[in-house]
Amino acid sequence: MWDHEIRAMASTHAIIAASVFMATVLPAVLVPGFSVYGTHLLWLYSVSAAVAAVSVSVFWLLGISPPTKKHTLGYKLSRLFRSCLYFFLSCLFFHTVVVLYGAPLIDSALETFSLAVLLTSLTTLRCLCVLGPNVQAWIRVFSRHGAMSVWDTCLQITVACTLIGAWVGAFPIPLDWDRPWQVWPVSCSLGALIGYLTGLVVAPAWIHYHRKQLTYKCK
Amino acid sequence: MKGLTVLSLLLWLCAAYFVGIYLFVGGFLLVRLEVNRTSTCEDVLQPGEGPRDFCQTQPRFRKAVVLIVDALKIDFARFDPTRTTPRPYENKLPVLEETVSSRPTQSRLYPFRADPPTTTMQRIKGFTTGSLPTFVDVGNNFASSAILEDNLIHQLGQMGKRVVFMGDDTWENLFPKKFYRSLPFPSFNVKDLDTVDNGILQHLYTTMVGDDWDVLVAHFLGVDHCGHRFGPDHPAMADKLTQMDGVIRSVIDRLQNDTLLVVMGDHGMTDTGDHGGESQKETDAALFLYSPSPVFPGPPSQDEPDVVPQTDLVPTLALLLGIPIPFSNVGQVLLPLFPPPQTGGAVTRLSQLEALWINTKQVNRFLETYSGLAKDITPEILSELKAEFSRLSSEYLSTVREGRPPPPHLASSLQAYLTSVRDTCRATWARFNPVKMAAGLALLMFACLMCFVMSELSMVLTEEKRAGLKAPTAVAVTVGVGVAAAQLLARGYVEAAWCLAAGTFSSEVLFLCRAWRLNSPAVLKNGAKASKLSRWMSLRRLLLPSLVVLLLRCASLLSDSYVIYEGRVVTFLLLSLALCIPIHLNWNGHLLPPTPDPLKCAGLLPSPTLSPAAIRKESSTVLGCLGVLVICGYFSLSFHGCREEQGFCQPSPFLSPLSRLQDNQLKNLYYILSVISLAVCAYFLRLCLCHYGNLNSSGRTAFTARWILPLLCICTGLHWAVSATPEDGFRNLAELIRVAQLALPRAAFGLLGVGLSLIFVDPLTVFVKTRTAASARSSALPLPRYRASTGISPQAELRHLIPQIYQRMRRSLEDGELSGGAEEDNRPAVEAYGLGTVYSAPVLLFCGLLGIGLLLLHPEGMTLSFLLLLLEMGALLHIHASSTALSGSPRSTSGGFNVPWTPVVVWSLAATQFFHATGHLPTFPSIQWGAAFVGFPDGHAGTILPAFLVTLNTFASHILFAVGCPLLLFWPLVREVRGGRGGRGCGEEGEDAVMEMRLRENPHQFSAALLQLSTRYLFILGAQVFSSVCAAAILRRHLMVWKVFAPKLMFEASGFLVSSVFLLIGVTLVLRIDVAVGRWFKRLIPDVSR
Ligand SMILES: [Zn+2]
Ligand SMILES: [Zn+2]
Repeated sequence: MWDHEIRAMASTHAIIAASVFMATVLPAVLVPGFSVYGTHLLWLYSVSAAVAAVSVSVFWLLGISPPTKKHTLGYKLSRLFRSCLYFFLSCLFFHTVVVLYGAPLIDSALETFSLAVLLTSLTTLRCLCVLGPNVQAWIRVFSRHGAMSVWDTCLQITVACTLIGAWVGAFPIPLDWDRPWQVWPVSCSLGALIGYLTGLVVAPAWIHYHRKQLTYKCK
Repeated sequence: MKGLTVLSLLLWLCAAYFVGIYLFVGGFLLVRLEVNRTSTCEDVLQPGEGPRDFCQTQPRFRKAVVLIVDALKIDFARFDPTRTTPRPYENKLPVLEETVSSRPTQSRLYPFRADPPTTTMQRIKGFTTGSLPTFVDVGNNFASSAILEDNLIHQLGQMGKRVVFMGDDTWENLFPKKFYRSLPFPSFNVKDLDTVDNGILQHLYTTMVGDDWDVLVAHFLGVDHCGHRFGPDHPAMADKLTQMDGVIRSVIDRLQNDTLLVVMGDHGMTDTGDHGGESQKETDAALFLYSPSPVFPGPPSQDEPDVVPQTDLVPTLALLLGIPIPFSNVGQVLLPLFPPPQTGGAVTRLSQLEALWINTKQVNRFLETYSGLAKDITPEILSELKAEFSRLSSEYLSTVREGRPPPPHLASSLQAYLTSVRDTCRATWARFNPVKMAAGLALLMFACLMCFVMSELSMVLTEEKRAGLKAPTAVAVTVGVGVAAAQLLARGYVEAAWCLAAGTFSSEVLFLCRAWRLNSPAVLKNGAKASKLSRWMSLRRLLLPSLVVLLLRCASLLSDSYVIYEGRVVTFLLLSLALCIPIHLNWNGHLLPPTPDPLKCAGLLPSPTLSPAAIRKESSTVLGCLGVLVICGYFSLSFHGCREEQGFCQPSPFLSPLSRLQDNQLKNLYYILSVISLAVCAYFLRLCLCHYGNLNSSGRTAFTARWILPLLCICTGLHWAVSATPEDGFRNLAELIRVAQLALPRAAFGLLGVGLSLIFVDPLTVFVKTRTAASARSSALPLPRYRASTGISPQAELRHLIPQIYQRMRRSLEDGELSGGAEEDNRPAVEAYGLGTVYSAPVLLFCGLLGIGLLLLHPEGMTLSFLLLLLEMGALLHIHASSTALSGSPRSTSGGFNVPWTPVVVWSLAATQFFHATGHLPTFPSIQWGAAFVGFPDGHAGTILPAFLVTLNTFASHILFAVGCPLLLFWPLVREVRGGRGGRGCGEEGEDAVMEMRLRENPHQFSAALLQLSTRYLFILGAQVFSSVCAAAILRRHLMVWKVFAPKLMFEASGFLVSSVFLLIGVTLVLRIDVAVGRWFKRLIPDVSR
């Protein structure tokens, strides 16, 4: 059972990582003048969209989302609606947090919001996929004994890595090196993405090496 | 409670830090050796023509008028008729441009570049001695002392020239008794634009017309003071410059043919009107030279200098007036003022080449003397310079001897030689003492280590009887005296720094050894090694986020970019760390009430100590306060000042005092905002005291809170109103305003002093109401059981008694509350209001009073920032208290009242954050000198009081956070009562609401916790000092060292000094309260229990 789940997780992560790669390379080939720094927002949107689309489809295909109690169309629609709402709220939340932590308020609001969208599609979307639109469960997952499956543990690791990556990404900004990637929000989004990719790699490996200690009694 | 032990340990720690800082700073700050030799007439003999005494020859000018317009920036002097809408400071000195264009052979206008530091005293030193001032001199601006080096004024006096001086009294301090006649006027009051200038103008023209002078020096201060007060971009500056224009015109009209006029600025000013740094705006002043008879060969040509260094004025003036060049001069003569070689054959005047030669000889002689005294110039460079000089001198001498026209390149090689000497001097007077620096670093490192060890061993240290400081102190004294004796024997003199260092070092090492020995048996007692390891692991995990943030903070001090953006960096780190608290709580499952199903399934969760409702309440407190904290942090960013390195930065509008604002409506708005936030601050303080019943007491502290606090606020508000009124607006009230400006702040200072000392004298805020003895009995409490036991010492009896008294009081109080207090019979037996916050209330009040007092020293707009500071402090305390409550009650852990690292780190970061958010920056020009004139609008007689006021102003936030540090210990206990009432188990409740009385119950744990908290705070501060010391040591050749790292080190070290002093004051206050509470209990016992 362990091997099976870990393998599934590794392949999922590989697909997502590949989608990130494609989202960077394909526009570079197709769109003239595309570059990660130069047309940063475009790159951000392409990566966010790719990650969002691939995650949603992969997790939906794997069927990891919590089983719904009712199967009526209305219920499903309301779930979908709530998910979209949460997605949007989470974008606003990240935007507010980033501004409070020192991002310019008015000057580059679009850039900040794009960063918030990226963070949302890297973290909140995964929560939505794995746990459904249930904030209680999200909070519960991020506690020591809160993970109830391998996917929960994986979620913990990737989300933590992404956020720490974005946080660390803020550090080069004040330096006077005048590099293109020091422009807001390039370093933060790069940091978040690198953290996310690291999380994708680390999560299956960590679970594999700690599978003896991990116990999910409630599964 | 072992108050003395705690206090002496802390004192000793601080002393160790101070010695380390002292040693390092002594080795790091540049010291230039002053050569106390003077030039004489015999020194400057011309070659070749026999023993012709230079001084006997007819000088080019017999007289000179030197007008120094302080802070006359080059931008002020330039005139551009094409400007359609000149700014207030532009095109206001047309006389300079008119003269230069109409009389090109008689006048010149040059940019005049000062060497940093661009403070007035350093500049006067620079353009009279011709040498380069060093960084250490900056501190002397408060207490300027006489110049000992050879200088122009001295030489003029030697030659019998009558020097008349008028203006800035700094000169009188620098050149005491050197002037023939002197009319000094007070210079320190920056608000006073006219006293000095009008004083000069009263005497200037009459003196010029008279004949009892040879050199006239007049130093005008109005422009500089106008810049400091209003900034350059203000109508007052236009008035001032126009006045200067008139002065220069009148002086030009009165000049005689043999007189030289020099108009110069000593430095420039930044866009905010300040100076002291080395940005081009500060260094580039104006130099205007004029003579009624032609001096210059023609209109300005290509080979004239673009910029004149300030030192160059010294040899030029000396040779033009026919006096020897001052001994230590490193400047070079201004060639356009001397006739070119081909024309100067017949006249007695010095030609360009001769002047250069005399200058070169003097500089070479200085270099030789200096290199003989001090060994800091690199020998290779020195020998190169010497070879160059001997080559040049032989070439020149042979030219002169043979009488042929000199080769054209000779003058330029002489100039090149002079320039290279000056550059060498500039480079080498950055001289360090690496041994002292290393010793200081080592001492600081050991002090940090000691702090850490002490905080970990606080329990053991306060408990053990022998662990006093006797041994380390004895060793320190012995070693110190020993080193002193050895020095005396070996070298004949004692260097105090090394004795101190040796003493401190030995005592530190001794302490660490003993701590190591103390630690190992304690661990062995606890059990096997595995447990030690696991304990260490758990400790490390606990440390992790706060340690990472502390490390990042220290690392950020090593990079100039991060130091420049320090305010934002610290806020970012603080908010990150604060965010860690709820995440950490949630990770441990404390943030949410455990839902039933995961609890059952996990089975690992510890049984909850708090009810779900209480947990929900505390979690919402944590999250709400986190929100407040984040918002405070965000808004605090808008109060920052700007460094010159920050390109597109606008300083906060709240930073300028109200009197600078011109828009009356805006002024009123700001004033009302400030007063409202002041009132809110005071209201919060009172509310907090009132809430816990501390205001009911009739003690002096309650008196302070009830009367002195509001009075202080009123004084402050009125003072702002008075100081913001425009002087010309209320002419008839001018006298009243003047008196009020003097009296109001002084009254506030007095009130502050009285309030603070009252708190110290009588810190108790407990209000006791005793009913009749009968009703006390009838409340049917069982008599305490200790009465039965007989063999107990009175001391132990007391210790058991106190909690019981408190229990009884509390219970009876609650009975009274339950019955609504309506019926007389049911009133409680003993009511003691405010006993639960007996420790925190005085500390809080002390903090608040001090805060309002410090606010008085700031610009009015900073009140908002102080309100944010108060809110953030409160939010921090609440977060800390709630998270302590959520993560298990404090007494269940073995550590007693331990304060974990995270809140302490956040606390210290907040101190730095509000250092920036009160408009301060770690740079010298940003010091708010205005603070020295609050209550002393006419300036000071001494220097200690203004320095004290400015220090208080600069480190206000450090002071507040250091004094308030003990609150971190008390707040979880203060807030505990709510959790208890929120619905804990009923059986426990009797014990739960003891609040701060718990500290009385465990005096040992109390002192241990107090020691631990203070050492942790000191450790964090010390680590920051250590890291900025490291930055200064490692990067001492960095481009930014004098701009960024050295000022940062000075500010960090002074901040540490101030913080540690006020931390000690806070701890002392707590100990004082403890003593008072002990006495109070002793007094109470006979009344109640018998
Ligand atoms: Zn000046
Ligand atoms: Zn000045």
